Amino acid sequence: MPFDYRLLTIEMIVAALGLIVLVLGLIAPENKQKGLGPLTVMGFLGALAAAMVLWNTQGTLFDGMFVVDKYAAFFKILCLSAAVLVTLGCTQYVRNMGVHGEYYAMIVFAALGMCVMASAGDFITLYLGLELMTIAFIILVAVNKRDGKAVEAGMKYLVLAGLSSAALLYGLSLVYGMTGTIMIYDIARLVAAGSISPVLIFALVLLVAGLGFKVSVVPFHMWAPDIYHGAPTPVTAFLAVGSKAASFAVLLRLFVAGLAGMAGTWIMPVAVLAALTMVIGNLLAIPQTNIKRMLAYSSIAQAGYILVGLVAANESGIKGVMFYSFLYVFATMGAFVVVAAVYNKIKSEEIADYAGLAQRAPLLAAVLTISMLSMAGIPPLAGFVGKFYLFKTIISGYFWLALLGLIMSMISVYYYLRVCLVMYRDDPKENTPIEVSGAVAVVLLVAMIGTMVIGIYPGPLSEVVNTAAGTFFLH
Amino acid sequence: MHHAWLVPLLPALSFLVIVFITRPRPKLSAAVSIACMLGSFALAALAAYGVFTDNHFQHRPLIYDVHWFGMQGLNVDVGIYLDPSSAMMIFMVTMVASLVQIYSTGYMKGDPGYPVFFSYLSLFAAAMLGLILSSNLLQMFIFWELVGLCSYLLIGFYSHKISAREAAKKAFITCRVADFALLLGMLAIQIIFGTLNLDELSEIMPHFENYTTAGMMTLIAVLVFIGPVGKSGQFPLHVWLPDAMEGPTPVSALIHAATMVVAGVYLVGRTMFLFTEVEPAMHLVAVTGAFTAFFAATIAITQREIKRILAYSTVSQLGYMMLALGVGSLTASFFHLWTHAFFKALMFLGAGSVLHALHHKADVWEMGGLIKKMPVTGWTFVVGGLAIAGIPPFAGFWSKDEILLATFLEGHYVLFALASCTAFLTAFYIWRMIFLAFFGAEKPENHPHESPGSMTGPLLVLAVMATAAGLIGTPGNPLWQNWIFFGHPHHGEPNIPIMLISTALAAAGIGLAYLLYLKDKDKANARALAGMFRPVYKLIYNKYYVDELYLWFNRKIVDGSARMTYLFDIYVVDGIVNGVGAVTKGLGQNLRCVQTGKMQTYALVFFLAVLVITVALAFTDSSSTALVMGGAK
Repeated sequence: MPFDYRLLTIEMIVAALGLIVLVLGLIAPENKQKGLGPLTVMGFLGALAAAMVLWNTQGTLFDGMFVVDKYAAFFKILCLSAAVLVTLGCTQYVRNMGVHGEYYAMIVFAALGMCVMASAGDFITLYLGLELMTIAFIILVAVNKRDGKAVEAGMKYLVLAGLSSAALLYGLSLVYGMTGTIMIYDIARLVAAGSISPVLIFALVLLVAGLGFKVSVVPFHMWAPDIYHGAPTPVTAFLAVGSKAASFAVLLRLFVAGLAGMAGTWIMPVAVLAALTMVIGNLLAIPQTNIKRMLAYSSIAQAGYILVGLVAANESGIKGVMFYSFLYVFATMGAFVVVAAVYNKIKSEEIADYAGLAQRAPLLAAVLTISMLSMAGIPPLAGFVGKFYLFKTIISGYFWLALLGLIMSMISVYYYLRVCLVMYRDDPKENTPIEVSGAVAVVLLVAMIGTMVIGIYPGPLSEVVNTAAGTFFLH
Repeated sequence: MHHAWLVPLLPALSFLVIVFITRPRPKLSAAVSIACMLGSFALAALAAYGVFTDNHFQHRPLIYDVHWFGMQGLNVDVGIYLDPSSAMMIFMVTMVASLVQIYSTGYMKGDPGYPVFFSYLSLFAAAMLGLILSSNLLQMFIFWELVGLCSYLLIGFYSHKISAREAAKKAFITCRVADFALLLGMLAIQIIFGTLNLDELSEIMPHFENYTTAGMMTLIAVLVFIGPVGKSGQFPLHVWLPDAMEGPTPVSALIHAATMVVAGVYLVGRTMFLFTEVEPAMHLVAVTGAFTAFFAATIAITQREIKRILAYSTVSQLGYMMLALGVGSLTASFFHLWTHAFFKALMFLGAGSVLHALHHKADVWEMGGLIKKMPVTGWTFVVGGLAIAGIPPFAGFWSKDEILLATFLEGHYVLFALASCTAFLTAFYIWRMIFLAFFGAEKPENHPHESPGSMTGPLLVLAVMATAAGLIGTPGNPLWQNWIFFGHPHHGEPNIPIMLISTALAAAGIGLAYLLYLKDKDKANARALAGMFRPVYKLIYNKYYVDELYLWFNRKIVDGSARMTYLFDIYVVDGIVNGVGAVTKGLGQNLRCVQTGKMQTYALVFFLAVLVITVALAFTDSSSTALVMGGAK
């Protein structure tokens, strides 16, 4: 079979974009640097368009190491959309930081890593994508060298991500040792139910820990609040959405497809971890006074909900994960872009400083409210439908988990609405309006309308998810 | 007619435009609203024309469905359902709504809430049209609630008046009680039949034995019927409708006479297949209708406020429509719905014109001789009076006759007698009002003047409709009967005795009113009659004390039990809730301590967790945990 370059189109576009931005960032004069943001957005939009055009293209490369199916394409579109929104929505924030070239280049390389992860058909590709993404993020977290908090966060992320990678790599090597292959879909055939060695169980735990770190599953979540808090807001947003979604893509491929034979062993600990994640994430969000920290814990809780789809370990569970991950892009991007826009003006991320935001910037307040209500799962917003799909998949087998999810959603309403209360009820400390640039307004409107449309009319996205999830098992 | 979906969309659009853009500019808002409404009317007229010129529609509706959301066992579509009934309804609603909006430009002039008023009217029209065109019960229910919300907003439009606020709450709560039953009925349908799609249900329902028992079917029918009892003001949930007159008069005309209140009738008509399957449910509908018709007519005799009389008359006429449905004649019911919309809107708008002229003096006894100063209002009102009384050839005659005939032919002789009595009473109380208000001696303290053209124009159009709308369903020209029916069209042979009886009763009612209230200058006989039957008069004047009964029930039973549950709530429920809250917050605070900010701690927790999980997995038997934690296959 001739080498089909079309299957690599998206990755090639993104990689080229990254190199161009990197070089331009080095040679372009200082006053031209701000053109890099729009250039990156255009490049991402091009990749996004390519991903949509090539939606129906399927196949494998390098003897199955690189898998292109609709499942991968879906996650690539998701990550690229997040990249577009975050780049477009935070140009002002980045300008204020005073870094350009390396920032945009690293965002692009992180996105490239995510795309590679979505297509990973074996351990090597998986690890390659994962590390590409992680290293890019380590640089991004600490990109603002003058900010001590950011540097500290970058340092922490470097060490902790290293530890988690070690655990993951150890787990992967154990699996290879037991099965003799690194191809995920071959492992599915080799690991049959019944004859599971203790070594494989240990490997399983290491895999859960390594990937659980990336999606911030309790108790492997502890890095998340510090790093989310310390990193520049756009990086936090991209970390919360892109890194998480790509890691979930890998997690599903590895567990539901690769280790399906061991499902009896891993479902139970995953269910317990999902429960723990929901509980800890939501409970710890309550006492937070910093909105980024609050959103960090809320994002941990969201990971707990998404993990429920893994517990289901079937096609409808995968659909639930995909559906939720997609709507999560809009809600999270909406929230973080608001945080960035507000920070540009008032230089604060304390919830108390959001007092009277509804008067100073009605659009920002509205988007933040809609995004948070969607995360809380209030109908008719997207989050409600997403949670509904997720919990419905496990309602017959793991009723207690679904119930816990509902209770935790209720608790989450408390801390989300507290922010709304501050924004809408309290009087502003000063009355100057917070103006929003055109690009940010576009991002906010996209996020808000996306959240509402998916909530009111989930049919089309549900169809797309159905076809994408349908390709998951076809290997 | 493929653009029928635009009919509800245009007013919805105008609502959004007014609320978000044009609200600071009242004139422009009204113009937007009216333009959209007229556009909607044109589209509805086109759709109706398309439907009524294509014989195909006599038996097959046009259905457009879009998949909304779904999953295993539950699929919900949204769509439009266009058949002769809904085509007739959208035509009627858009027409009356357009006229009412034009009328409102005059009536509401100078009101501070002018643009808001028009936005509500638009939203209401959108909701009502959406309800009419719904292709499934869930969609219908959503619009049904939206209509209820608009009704609430518009009744309480003069929110500075306590009575208006109270009336709005009363209407909303009463309807909510009824809607709850409707929701239960719908859930039962979804659970038992697995669909809420009207078209599918009409296919399945005749074979309901495959799904459920007759008893269950009756229960469903009764539950579904309670919704319309609330919305269409049937006894015993009629109490909100007369109070709803606290809203601005155009609202009364549009919502509480011509359109919203017939939503209940329409719903029963749409789900006729459900009722015809169970005999007791049909009887219930018929008896409720006939009783309400009679009951409300007796109350109307004694009332003094012009809008209140009309309100009870609306309740009574809605009873007629229910009666017709209960005896199985969708044709007669919808025919009366159609004619009633025009003459009742006419009379309400006429009453509005009178109130406008007399600066909201509402008591008919304080009016008199208005016809000289307000000829257009007066004579169009007379046309409305003739129509509702059932004098041929006005519209009301043909439709009421159709109902009486259907009741008689179905063998419900008692109900027929009750309905005939009501016809007499109707003529009497309407003409009592007309004679008192428009004829007789003028009152010197009143200085009435004719209303502006924006108000009299709609009156004239409606007067024409009130005269002619019935002519499409006469025995000689049974167009209506050929198009709007349930099952198959049926032509009752024109029954001359029944026509004569109903006409004679109407004439007698008008005659009696004439004798008592116009010929007799000082109304001594009327007073004497009231005095003679003092207890009965008092009973009726106080509306049979239904409101008081509800109040008593509320005060004693509901409040009493509420007090007990209040204590329970304060000490037990709140205790638990606050306790949980405190524990949650406390847990949050304590768990926070683990988040030290030290990397070493994080790494320690990470690997400790790996260890713990490994150990746990190694020492537990996965099948036994599956039993405890769920997921056991």
